[in-house]
Amino acid sequence: MQILVRFFALYRERAGLNQIALELPQDSTVSDLTEEVRRQFPNLAPPQVDIVVAVNADYAAPETALKSGDDVCLIPPVSGG
Amino acid sequence: MIELTYQTLDPEKTTALVRKDSNGAVVTFLGTTRNSFEGRRVIMLEYEAFEEMAINKLEDIHRELQAEFQIDDIAIAHRIGSVPIGEISLVVAVASPHRLEAFQACHQAVNRLKETVPIWKKEIYEDGSRWVACEDHEISSAEGAEVEAHRH
Repeated sequence: MQILVRFFALYRERAGLNQIALELPQDSTVSDLTEEVRRQFPNLAPPQVDIVVAVNADYAAPETALKSGDDVCLIPPVSGG
Repeated sequence: MIELTYQTLDPEKTTALVRKDSNGAVVTFLGTTRNSFEGRRVIMLEYEAFEEMAINKLEDIHRELQAEFQIDDIAIAHRIGSVPIGEISLVVAVASPHRLEAFQACHQAVNRLKETVPIWKKEIYEDGSRWVACEDHEISSAEGAEVEAHRH
């Protein structure tokens, strides 16, 4: 299945793009997705740091199952205010 | 009332939204852009938001605080885009019949916003820039070289 992944702030700058379409096997999880993103963008985040993910505009745990058409965003540490 | 805007914020306007004759206390917090970080001169801040989710999360905070403090009147306005030094990036206005709930809910609103709302702040220096709160994402040159090596 194809999943559109959007990058913000630090991740957008490190990836050098706003979004990417990822091809993932059916039944992939958020954790599978971050693994694939790290493979394609090794310098996005150091290995010891968890990449926080939002699915359909809410935070999603690593075990969350993805489905085709989900809106996935990678969320670097937030710093509003 | 929740607002994300690229325009200059008007604290009077945000505060007016929570004022009612049934409230005896109004607390308004202003976040303003600071001109230094660890001795380096900051010349400008840039805010970026995942707007749809930021609004959802601000609405969650609004609802949680209403329930926890038994108050109705909370307004939050956050500016995004470029914000020059000394200008207002955040307005939180809370009103309640008595002052304690207004102070506490206002403090909590700012704390929670900084923890959960997908808004990012970049400090622009004369000779560089930094995404705030991303220290754990720094990649040392050794790690960078190692990652590079794995790729090939």
